[in-house]
Amino acid sequence: MLLLALDTATPAVTVALHDGTDVVASSSQVDARRHGELLLPAVDRVLAEAGTRLDAVTGIVVGVGPGPYTGLRVGLMTADTFGLALGVPVHGLCTLDGLAYASGLDVPFVVATDARRKEVYWARYADARTRVTDPAVDRPAEIADAVAGLPAVGAGALLYPDTFPSAHEPEHVSAAALASLAAVRLAAGEELSAPRPLYLRRPDAQVPKNYKVVTPK
Amino acid sequence: MADEPLVLGIETSCDETGVGVVRGTTLLADAIASSVDEHARFGGVVPEVASRAHLEAMVPTIDRALREAGVSARDLDGIAVTAGPGLAGALLVGVSAAKAYAYALGKPLYGVNHLASHICVDQLEHGALPEPTMALLVSGGHSSLLLSTDITSDVRPMGSTIDDAAGEAFDKIARVLDLGFPGGPVIDRYAREGDPEAIAFPRGLTGPRDAVYDFSFSGLKTAVARWIEAKRAAGEEVPVRDVAASFQEAVVDVLTRKAVRACKDEGVDHLMIGGGVAANSRLRALAQERCEAAGIRLRVPRPKLCTDNGAMVAALGAEMVARGRAASDWDLSADSSLPVTDPHVPGTSQAHGHGHDHVHETAKENLYS
Ligand SMILES: [Zn+2]
Repeated sequence: MLLLALDTATPAVTVALHDGTDVVASSSQVDARRHGELLLPAVDRVLAEAGTRLDAVTGIVVGVGPGPYTGLRVGLMTADTFGLALGVPVHGLCTLDGLAYASGLDVPFVVATDARRKEVYWARYADARTRVTDPAVDRPAEIADAVAGLPAVGAGALLYPDTFPSAHEPEHVSAAALASLAAVRLAAGEELSAPRPLYLRRPDAQVPKNYKVVTPK
Repeated sequence: MADEPLVLGIETSCDETGVGVVRGTTLLADAIASSVDEHARFGGVVPEVASRAHLEAMVPTIDRALREAGVSARDLDGIAVTAGPGLAGALLVGVSAAKAYAYALGKPLYGVNHLASHICVDQLEHGALPEPTMALLVSGGHSSLLLSTDITSDVRPMGSTIDDAAGEAFDKIARVLDLGFPGGPVIDRYAREGDPEAIAFPRGLTGPRDAVYDFSFSGLKTAVARWIEAKRAAGEEVPVRDVAASFQEAVVDVLTRKAVRACKDEGVDHLMIGGGVAANSRLRALAQERCEAAGIRLRVPRPKLCTDNGAMVAALGAEMVARGRAASDWDLSADSSLPVTDPHVPGTSQAHGHGHDHVHETAKENLYS
């Protein structure tokens, strides 16, 4: 087994290669505005570091968000197209699950990432492998009761200490964690989800009322 | 010929997910998935809706194009993609797909210019482009007069719109007339039964001191809307067919007049017209008439090749391969304001880069094509 994992749903552009037992190479760069430029060179670097080529990969794992859409789509489109060209399966994993897995926590906790517009993407976990709520997008103040007293990880938690007083690392998702989680789940015979984006918000668009009258009053 | 470059092209600059396959100047496949119906109720293209649709449509559309062309991905000589200009988020989906596809297949990648592609597509219809070529590109996103001596390396802007694109004017007038979106085809249809001389609408930038090759459609749009509002205010019925015909005549009169003038001034004996508005029947007819009178040969591709599509991107990509142009690097980015003077984005290892701001959105209302 050789899994190529990638995630562009947070400011991190992160890529890892996993041989079913261990992460054999990985790369993470934090730059929220350059996902499109950074991802493919990172894939190329990770493959070179592992001394292999893309056609040796037996499956693709991609973070499906939730995350800011423009960056999120870079990873998903890349994963979809790799799958098409290589004829290998493409597995989707919730980006928040990757962060949860990396935390290694074995007590109930919260993962929150930055959704911009003063909101967070978040979900609650029973432990590092078990999510207990669907990913959601909310203002931190509105979920204060739901997350009260719980440890929290992720940039969204670190950004809003009023709501998440015990926030800590990891701040960003890593493809290494995502790949490890996928390897564990696949080994356990679990079905991973389809690589479709979790947007959680409708597109911003308004149906115009009427055209603007141009005759001077 | 079997030794001509076989190239797959991907276009996502607006609301069409286009994937085309060409061999040299021969069209093999032109697969399109459009999200236009999802935009119709918004009266214009919503960038986020377009981007979401591109992501869903891309893989099936690539598959369809290859099947239609009857070729295997392994046999491709290169992958071309629209790197700009266009909607930033929409472009990025296509660029991500093209990079991943080229990398996975071990093929060179060519990030190309959307406007140069609109010109180059005519090779699929009428054979090699004459050099130099004069091109009039008219759509919802652009209205430009361009002169090219070599479509892979030299595209010069002669003039362009200083306000609205021609296609945008069609959309806006259609909205004032309650005819729906997109406006181009429906105005064209009504205009066929109307009198183009019924109402004398203004011809923008045609005065003796105006820029000779630039266009302006904002004043025309306002004049038409006012005329309609006055009729309605007076309780009179709006003669939709005559308004459509007279408005359309004002647009195509200026477009063709300036294009023919540019050909004459530059000593170019042929004109190509591309972009979504090139599908307009009156534009085609009047351009034909005026070109004939001026001894200019007119080249207009069939309507499906005039609107945004992947074949045009593949056509320019094939020309890049044929002329040995440098491939793009793996860090190629989508550039929403890629200058028309850059027919493609060569890799920095083989050519020097260009420094310009590439994060702002220029075509938020790229409505028509
Ligand atoms: Zn166009």
